[in-house]
Amino acid sequence: MSDLFKGYKGKSLLVLKKFKIRVWSETLIETTRGEFKGIILPRSEYDDDLHIVLKLITGYNIGIDVNTIINMKELGYKEAHYKIPEKEFPFSKGKPNVKLFGTGGTIASRLDYRTGAVIPAFSPGELYGAVPELADICNLTTEKLFAVFSENMGPEEYKTLAIAIGEEIKKGIDGIIIGHGTDTLHHTASALSFMVQNSPVPIILVGSQRSSDRPSSDAALNLIHATKAAGQSDIAEVMVCMFGPTSDEYALLHSGTRVRKMHSSYRSTFRTIGDTPIAMVDKEKITPIWTDYNHRRNDRNVEIYPYFEEKVTLIYYYPNMQPDIIDSLVENGYKGIVIAGTGLGHVNKLVYPAIERAIKRGVAIYMTVQTLWGYVHMFVYDTGRDLMSKGIIPAENMLPEVAYIKLGWALGQTNDLDKVRQIMLSPVNREITEREPYNGYLIFQGGVPGIDDFLKKFHK
Amino acid sequence: MDIKFDAVKNYEKTKKIVGYLPREKTKPQDYYEMGFKCGLEIHQQLKTEKKLFCRCPAGLYQKKDEYDAEVIRHMRPTLSEMGEYDGTALMEFKTRKNITYHIKNETACTYEIDDTPPFILNMQALDIVLEISLLLNTNIVGELHITRKQYLDGSIPTGFQRTALVGIEGEIQLKKKKIRIIQVSVEEDACREVSDIGHERVYITDRLGMPLVEMVTYPDMKTPAEAEEAGQYLRFLTRSTERVRTGIGAAREDVNVSINGGTRVEIKGVSHIKWIPELTHNEAFRQKALLEVKKILNKRITDPSKWRIKSKDVSASLLKSYNCPSKNLSGEKNRIVCVNLPDFRGILSFFTQPSKMFANELIDRLKVIACLEKPNMIHSEELEPIISEDELSYIKKILNTKENDAQIITWGSDQDIKTALETIEERCLLAFKGIPNETRKSFRDGTNIFERVLPGPNRMYPDTDSAPIPIEESQIQEAKKSLPSSIAHRIKQLEEWKIPSDTYIYILKQNLFELIKKIIEDFDENPIFVGTLIGHKLKNIEGKTNPVSLFNYSKIYALFAYVIKNKLKKEIIKEMLPVMYKNPNMDFDSILKITKYEKCSEARIISFLPDLKEKFKKINNSKKSSQAESLWIMGELHPIAKGNMDFDRLRRMVDGGKDE
Repeated sequence: MSDLFKGYKGKSLLVLKKFKIRVWSETLIETTRGEFKGIILPRSEYDDDLHIVLKLITGYNIGIDVNTIINMKELGYKEAHYKIPEKEFPFSKGKPNVKLFGTGGTIASRLDYRTGAVIPAFSPGELYGAVPELADICNLTTEKLFAVFSENMGPEEYKTLAIAIGEEIKKGIDGIIIGHGTDTLHHTASALSFMVQNSPVPIILVGSQRSSDRPSSDAALNLIHATKAAGQSDIAEVMVCMFGPTSDEYALLHSGTRVRKMHSSYRSTFRTIGDTPIAMVDKEKITPIWTDYNHRRNDRNVEIYPYFEEKVTLIYYYPNMQPDIIDSLVENGYKGIVIAGTGLGHVNKLVYPAIERAIKRGVAIYMTVQTLWGYVHMFVYDTGRDLMSKGIIPAENMLPEVAYIKLGWALGQTNDLDKVRQIMLSPVNREITEREPYNGYLIFQGGVPGIDDFLKKFHK
Repeated sequence: MDIKFDAVKNYEKTKKIVGYLPREKTKPQDYYEMGFKCGLEIHQQLKTEKKLFCRCPAGLYQKKDEYDAEVIRHMRPTLSEMGEYDGTALMEFKTRKNITYHIKNETACTYEIDDTPPFILNMQALDIVLEISLLLNTNIVGELHITRKQYLDGSIPTGFQRTALVGIEGEIQLKKKKIRIIQVSVEEDACREVSDIGHERVYITDRLGMPLVEMVTYPDMKTPAEAEEAGQYLRFLTRSTERVRTGIGAAREDVNVSINGGTRVEIKGVSHIKWIPELTHNEAFRQKALLEVKKILNKRITDPSKWRIKSKDVSASLLKSYNCPSKNLSGEKNRIVCVNLPDFRGILSFFTQPSKMFANELIDRLKVIACLEKPNMIHSEELEPIISEDELSYIKKILNTKENDAQIITWGSDQDIKTALETIEERCLLAFKGIPNETRKSFRDGTNIFERVLPGPNRMYPDTDSAPIPIEESQIQEAKKSLPSSIAHRIKQLEEWKIPSDTYIYILKQNLFELIKKIIEDFDENPIFVGTLIGHKLKNIEGKTNPVSLFNYSKIYALFAYVIKNKLKKEIIKEMLPVMYKNPNMDFDSILKITKYEKCSEARIISFLPDLKEKFKKINNSKKSSQAESLWIMGELHPIAKGNMDFDRLRRMVDGGKDE
């Protein structure tokens, strides 16, 4: 039944039923505003129940106000079969074998009438149909692990992914790509950095900022860059591969533990924080920026650590934060708290008693900085020293989100807070660096003459 | 031995076969017989403060070489909602263009470069389009659905134009017939092109995103003149709302043309309505020519599916007599290729448009699809041979051609040549079928060239970034309250007033009808006087005067009021108008002073008559016609009579008539 009337509810559903009209019917609708003819389309479930969606012969969609409808007549029926043309992905000997794991990003997608949004759709054949250039780079196989939006990725998915990656590496794959929504791409990247260690091959997370149902999408180029980096690069790290500039020019490979989404909609949203990216990729070549990355190896000695404690949280400190925020976390059984503190890693005196209570209850509390760039320095001011004396542990220059993921991962392995501390403060892969390079912090200010001259020449 | 081919003779001969006539010699009947059909798509910028989907100012333009930053994009075809690729999209993808946008901060934000999703639609724009939709008697939709219309030429950085239907199925009343309207939509304007050379195309983003109304008619116009009339009507209609932009580029027309046995061809970006007749006329004959070509080819070749071109690389040294541009290109990847077109003799030089032939169809596609800059080919049927007979013979020899074949030589990079050969073969094969579905670009001289493959409904896709917007009954009722009167009604009224018809275009274009009506009604003025004052006098003044500040037409009403209040005669208005137009901020007393007006009683004016008649006799012994006399006297009295006495009455008295 629901299939006949996809997305329609309330009044509009009653009207459709009254005139015996189903979705995909070619229909003549007589209204008080005149006649309209077209195919009835499904309606997004988020939209109101007062309109019926019609696709006209010109390709335009319109909505008809159900209160104006006098009569409806079915003239025919044409169901749309939206399908990316599927062609068999050609296998060429000598080309690297790359595996693409799907999690539900917008790498390749189609319209979802239920929500009006886009949903992912891919198989090697579909991807080849949409981005034939991939076949020049590698032999691609795909596996859809889950179909969730980025914001619904969580510990279970991290673990499943890590295990699947480990198995694929053991089977001899030359490179791995993970298609992922961009919102929490960097959370997954850091989780995989901890869960998959000593990988002999590149592991690349990729997404797109503009869905692939638009001609100017970054999806195809991101996929080409990611495939190239996974199949052909010498860099065996967990990395995020996304646009460097907003222009269609090159991608940057960011370390999974130092990358962050920095703009809600820009294509070049991912930035390495407090360091430089690992490398640049374009259609022709891969240009390393780091000199000390982990090189590709022939062995299969990957180590998989699929652990995660879910009772861990990340709180963003603000002036006048009340102690009950922390108390209620402890009440609710949280074992670990990462604080994104102000400046060098501070919170106000008001929450001190709550912190003391939490520490006494055995909660691990780590301090990071909400400035994102720079280190926690808790010795500089009394506040910092006070906090440390109460048992808060400074997490150096670990990004707040990375510290959250790492604390979950560490507490997933042990409840011994000394061990947790040891895990937290021993860098697995650059989540803590000993030094911040001079070009690790670059946020240019527009309007400054020299910068504006530079922007005119350099594609941002 | 091969008989020498006379291309000039063939061109003239084929022109006769097509039956081409210049437009002034073509009668309506000729168009009816051809099955001429024309529809219009009119794009008109709306007068809004801001753009349609972002908060950038609308109507601000930058210089073409002025920008703050560049962004580069490539376009890739995507599937339509119904699951198919669009033909145009695939063609554009083949062209592999680098598209560079020049962005200026004042006129573009991150929305223009597609780095921010759209903000909510500009309601001011929707309101204007709703008004126009009602004026076009269309059925108003219940809910606006923003749709993406794909454009892969790069003219919009997203790769699509956001557009939404507001009304469908309307009509307008021309002098002799009704023209039906397919639809009215609100949509965003595209970028302006700066250059397009080889694989590099550059756009500026100032105009991008400005709100437009698009009005589409059915192909109900059966002659070029009707197409022009409909174009004017729609232009007057949008102007009558007073809420649209005027000036260069503010309105642009796409013109669809087809004839019997042909297909719809769209001529894009016609910036003047007066160009429409010549363009549609030539396009009709181009289609007729292509149908003749089709006939000939199908007679010569029974199975077109087996028809193939044959090509061979030649070295630059072989084309000694032609300074082939390829010789100047460095790099090993450049090729010169000669191509044989079996059985195409006489086709390349087949007439298509004034000073154009079938070969141009290939040349233009090579430029657009294969990115080969012109000159991009030479062929065996040039009107003025470019390569020597010997060279041509050599080419024929290596291609092993037959007498009835034609040959082409083209050049470019290895990759472009691949596309070029496909393009040549594809266009030639289309000639067997007749007229390809194309959009074509218009030229001032009335000819047109290939622009793109005509897109179909497959390029429409719902905009997943925006929610539908309902149009409530109350909104429609509110808009209906303040609708301007229809253009058909206005024309009828002007006719009833007996205002000369050569004033109508100016009056309607400048939307001065309501002003004229108000003056006539409020001051009980003579309609012909008011109509010609505006339609002739004001138009003339406007054509040769630059006002020191913006002139507001409503000042003309105030001028009438001033003249009446001061008990002046209306003739003085003709004197005051040019002064007022030039100096819009000057007060009426000063304007009057500048016209050298002096108060003078009618009796005094009349008292000059006897003396003047005497004087005329003395100085004009030879020609003593009474007409000459009264003209001379009127001229002499003009300075003191203006504003003081009705000229008609004075003339009657000069002519010896009685004061009635």
